Amino acid sequence: MEAAKENGLTIAPAPRELERESLVLNNRSLGWLSDRICGIVEDKTPTWWWVSFLISLPTALICFIMIGYLISTGVGVWGLNHPIAWGWAIVNFVWWIGIGHAGTLISAILFLLRQKWRTSINRAAEAMTIFAVMCAGIFPAIHVGRIWFAWWLFPLPNANGPIWPQFRSPLLWDVFAVSTYFTVSLLFWYMGLIPDLATVRDRAKSVVRKFFYGLFSLGWTGSNRHWSNYEKAYLLLAGLSTPLVLSVHSIVSFDFAVSQLPGWHTTIFPPYFVAGAIFSGFGMVITLMVPLRTIFKLEDVITVRHVELMCKVILATGSIVGYAYGMEVFIAWYGGNPYEAYAFQNRAFGPYWWAYWIMISCNVLSPQFFWFKKIRTNMVYVFILSIFVNIGMWFERFVIVVTSLHRDYLPSNWGYYSPTHVDVLTYVGTFGFFMALFLLFIRFLPLIAISEVKGVTPQADPHHPLGGAKGGKH
Amino acid sequence: MSGVGRQYGVLAEFDTPADVMAAAEKVRDAGYTQWDVHTPFPIHGMDEAMGLKNSKVGWFTFCGGMTGFFGGNLMIWFMNSFDYGIVVGGKPLYSPMFAFPVSYELTILLSAFGSLFGMLFLNRLPRLHHPLLKNKRFAKVTHDKFYVVIETADPKYSEDETHALLEETGSSHLEVVKE
Repeated sequence: MEAAKENGLTIAPAPRELERESLVLNNRSLGWLSDRICGIVEDKTPTWWWVSFLISLPTALICFIMIGYLISTGVGVWGLNHPIAWGWAIVNFVWWIGIGHAGTLISAILFLLRQKWRTSINRAAEAMTIFAVMCAGIFPAIHVGRIWFAWWLFPLPNANGPIWPQFRSPLLWDVFAVSTYFTVSLLFWYMGLIPDLATVRDRAKSVVRKFFYGLFSLGWTGSNRHWSNYEKAYLLLAGLSTPLVLSVHSIVSFDFAVSQLPGWHTTIFPPYFVAGAIFSGFGMVITLMVPLRTIFKLEDVITVRHVELMCKVILATGSIVGYAYGMEVFIAWYGGNPYEAYAFQNRAFGPYWWAYWIMISCNVLSPQFFWFKKIRTNMVYVFILSIFVNIGMWFERFVIVVTSLHRDYLPSNWGYYSPTHVDVLTYVGTFGFFMALFLLFIRFLPLIAISEVKGVTPQADPHHPLGGAKGGKH
Repeated sequence: MSGVGRQYGVLAEFDTPADVMAAAEKVRDAGYTQWDVHTPFPIHGMDEAMGLKNSKVGWFTFCGGMTGFFGGNLMIWFMNSFDYGIVVGGKPLYSPMFAFPVSYELTILLSAFGSLFGMLFLNRLPRLHHPLLKNKRFAKVTHDKFYVVIETADPKYSEDETHALLEETGSSHLEVVKE
């Protein structure tokens, strides 16, 4: 408003109650946004970054050493045995892929819903999606047993007849869903990066930076003729990613729901899996973004309001997940199928009761704290609760996979599954892999979508006094 | 203004989106065709201010999507029914039902390729060299400045008139860009 007065504008300011709450606090200028966000990439590498990176890298190495051990020795190094043939590998696969879903929800669904607050968090969330899907993709590939035949999953010509993949199997649908999901997420992320890479290019001092950022920004000049096509393509990609993200976790749930096993064979699985995926993904977004906004002093861009809105999404999806748990139990009783009833009774009170109750307390009870504004706006509580969400959702997949398999129709088919150290270390290693990639991302790429955040400030609006509007001419 | 090197065009700098939009409307009304507005972010309403038509990217997306859906169905029919039919559980060798999930994913995959590569094709990107990118002042285009550029290739371009027009729009800085 001050700037408006200086220019002697005639436009009347909007009444206070009609003025939208600004998404960027303290009326930061367009230049401030590029200085602050590019500064993260341009400043000297902080010590904490090196420390974290040098912890993540050897941890990632553990994952690959364990995979090497698995391949060279055989799947016997895992805790899998009759009757539980799907153990931690599938649990970890579903968990990681679920985490990815929040990134696509933020980048695509919130874009279609015109939720402009998404601009502050979409870049980092999309990066999280891509790295989480990379971690997820490791597990089904090594789970096939004879990993040198993993290429049979793809419809490639071969010398065996040729024998083609069997397209009636949900496991093959999953191959297509996950690989499409990874590719489209990568394209969407890269397209969003082009204008911001151009910003880093235009600020670059060294020849090396100029060359690489110049190369990857593809000669972007901010031309409006280009923006016109770019925005259309962005809208289309958002429109395509929305049904994609819903289909991916639906198809993951088909891996279970299409089988005949009590505990898996339920029609509620697709929506329940999608809600759970978004729930866990937002948990991870908060786990990553809350420390980042403090470390990089981005509180004006990723505001308390942003964190609060994410907490509300967690509350909503967590409640949907809680409803789904209740409905599963109800149908198990109401359906009158004794095997189904036993599967659910066994989940809560059988040998794996502890996993079930960890799941219930983390997924159903912990998000209920987000009803309180005091908790939603306290970064320490928010961070702790987000960790509970991550833990709870891992246990959900453990409960679904392991408790359903460990006791089927005949007591001679009963067993108890425990992971081996190879299972555990492979999973721990994927955290190192994920963190190493994420650290490289925040070091070399702008972690907030600069041009998108600029676009939602009042300074960018040609009809707003701060955008230079005079007398409501337009 | 004269001097060595061929001229690419004339560049006018603006400080606010409203100013650059008003300038764009003037340039559009003066009948120029080889010109552009360069901004750090897309400005809502600029397409109308420049007189641009709806983007054609959607056609690339549509063609990609159609190829994905029908190509996916064709692939599944060929593999599981024509080339090497395997009977599983007495189900038909080909049915659009079980072929749907994979075809659906391929629809989205190829539509996404169509959108991104269609956008790049329509924008003639990647382009590793551009006269504007050599201009020191123009580097602010990704920061906080707004530009109108009228190319010398425009049939209506004349050094005096074009300069007069851009000066009239209230540009804070005018400059000739060399090729």
